[in-house]
Amino acid sequence: MSLAHDARVAVRPATATQRAARTWPEINNPAAWVVAAILLIMPLIASGFFLIEIFATTLILGTMALSLMFLAGYGGMVSLMQLTIAGFSAYMVAVFGVSGNANISLGWPWWLAVPMALALATAFGTLGGALAVRTEGIYTIMITLAIGAAFYYFTNQNWAIFNGHTGINTVATPHFWGVNWRADIPFYYIVLAVAALCYFAVEYISRAPFGLALQGVRDNPRRMAALGFNVNAHRIAAYAFASFVAALAGVLQVWNYRQISPGSVSVGACIDVLIIAVVGGITRPIGPFIGALIFVLLRTFALDFLVRLGLDGNRFRLLIGLGFLAIVFWSSDGVIGLWQRWRQSQHKSANRAGGGRGHG
Amino acid sequence: MAWKALRMSRFVERHPAWALIAIIAIAVLLWLIFAVWPPGLEEAIGRKRVFLNALFNGITLGGLYFLVASGFTLIFGLMRNVNLAHGSLYLFGGYVGYAISSATGSWVLSFIVAFILTALVGVLLQVIVFRRMEGQDLRQTMVTIGLSIVFADLMLWACGGDFYQIQTPNWLIGPIELPLITAIKSSGEPVYLRYPMVRLVIFAASVIIGVAMWLALNRTRIGMIIRAGVDDRDILAATGVRIQLVFVAVFAFGAGLAGIAGVVGGTFQSLSPGEDIRFLLASLVVVIVGGMGSIPGAALGALIIGLAEQLGSVYIPTYAIVVTFLIMVLVLAIRPQGLLARR
Repeated sequence: MSLAHDARVAVRPATATQRAARTWPEINNPAAWVVAAILLIMPLIASGFFLIEIFATTLILGTMALSLMFLAGYGGMVSLMQLTIAGFSAYMVAVFGVSGNANISLGWPWWLAVPMALALATAFGTLGGALAVRTEGIYTIMITLAIGAAFYYFTNQNWAIFNGHTGINTVATPHFWGVNWRADIPFYYIVLAVAALCYFAVEYISRAPFGLALQGVRDNPRRMAALGFNVNAHRIAAYAFASFVAALAGVLQVWNYRQISPGSVSVGACIDVLIIAVVGGITRPIGPFIGALIFVLLRTFALDFLVRLGLDGNRFRLLIGLGFLAIVFWSSDGVIGLWQRWRQSQHKSANRAGGGRGHG
Repeated sequence: MAWKALRMSRFVERHPAWALIAIIAIAVLLWLIFAVWPPGLEEAIGRKRVFLNALFNGITLGGLYFLVASGFTLIFGLMRNVNLAHGSLYLFGGYVGYAISSATGSWVLSFIVAFILTALVGVLLQVIVFRRMEGQDLRQTMVTIGLSIVFADLMLWACGGDFYQIQTPNWLIGPIELPLITAIKSSGEPVYLRYPMVRLVIFAASVIIGVAMWLALNRTRIGMIIRAGVDDRDILAATGVRIQLVFVAVFAFGAGLAGIAGVVGGTFQSLSPGEDIRFLLASLVVVIVGGMGSIPGAALGALIIGLAEQLGSVYIPTYAIVVTFLIMVLVLAIRPQGLLARR
């Protein structure tokens, strides 16, 4: 597992240097192929605990943070409601599908419940986005945070649909073609496939005409409006796409834990997604996954680590908060940015040692 | 005040239909408050006592929300800093107030100490953190998110997950009888509304603070400087005002208000981890509804949200939060800048 971790670290500079290329940046990048190969053969390396609790969870959280990264990095809109959309989608899977709470769940088969959940969650996120784009910049954070918090309190209050603070338990997971898709290895591959799909979709859209226009809207909305682009329509479309990505992650999350409760959509969890994206770096789609890996590793091992240092093991959130503050203070580009700067300084010192020839 | 009457008459001229609806709504509300309800109405929507209690709870809760949100909106208006750690300041003030009142037994002293300590935290935040990243709105907001996580965990560490309630002083304990008839007994004797004295006193205090703030902003020199800073801080700095000092003072005052609100909230309700988020949400919604950076807007927004929350939780219990949320959506759809914002 440490091997995989190292390989993931190695991918950072690779995606950075290939940025300008018009083709898929991963194709000429050996590190990306190594990471892909390792992720594919992960079930041979990692045991069930690591496979699900670390890697599948990382990929799910990373996909959620990816939707935030897409909005923040390419659209300039920091939305704190991405987890809320994922949670809504998870709730919808539980409500339409089969679960232990028979009085609430409608008992639809998963292939009907999941598209329904995805459609409703995407609509929910798009409506929220349509509200948020009515104001700009800093207000977006406030409005999306208010939406997220309102949803949390609503799920706590409402017993008819969301079953109050106990939530919905023992949600059924799909079984077909004779495979239990929630068994560790099949589930890992589902998660990996969805995460990869979302990753490449974001990568593709960022270079497609829509993505380029979106980045133009981010940098200079007035000019884009003057050029004839409908600024708000681009922003709302970005919300719709990001909501779909978040909704996919939400479906995976409810299958992973087999239950959903207001605790999973709390404001703290919404902020965790922002932390993951910012710590990883919101300029490139790989950032959220790196951030998610750091977050999950910290969450899983911080307790042992802190106790070993002789500190109180419950101070995990303090560690996360301080780490987040440090990243915001010193690197606006997250861990990717730190790595890149370190690489550059290495380059410089190497060049200086070699007689200062690399002057271009 | 002449201009206000003028503006109102202009509003009536421009929107006669809205003015009529507003007048009818106010008349119905006054009738609901003062009249003895006919039995048919009581059957339809419940006892009058319940309604009046919800109404008063809503108004007094609005007073508390105003205390929290006015500091938030003041800081935002001047420094463009969305201080998402404002809820943490509220909770911090509450814990300080609890410690002081349980140690010394003095309720008033707990307000003073809570104000001073949270104001000090505000000064430290402004001097150490926000001055370094002036003009970078997004980064400042991210920092306040990080700070709110750190503060929340530190307070959880120090105070644990228990519920605390600040002791109401003896001279404020107990209900007071208001000259509002809730029902008439079969003997013909009227029953008057009894309402907790402490809530009314606190509401009066928040009204006084609000009016004092409005006067200070509109009638004094420092208020003039702050208003000028809200409009254009670069020009203000260019005229020779020591703007950093103004920033520190406003941040300290806004934080101190949150601290006072914490003591109030600890007396009204209770203090526990999670309350910081609740009051952060309340101040967010209040300033979104009322208008960012506007003190009268914060007052109006606080009143609307407080009423919506209390009346909602009485009449439609499982959907109460939706009412609050719908108000926010409606305002954003009709007037995205908020009800009383200038732009």
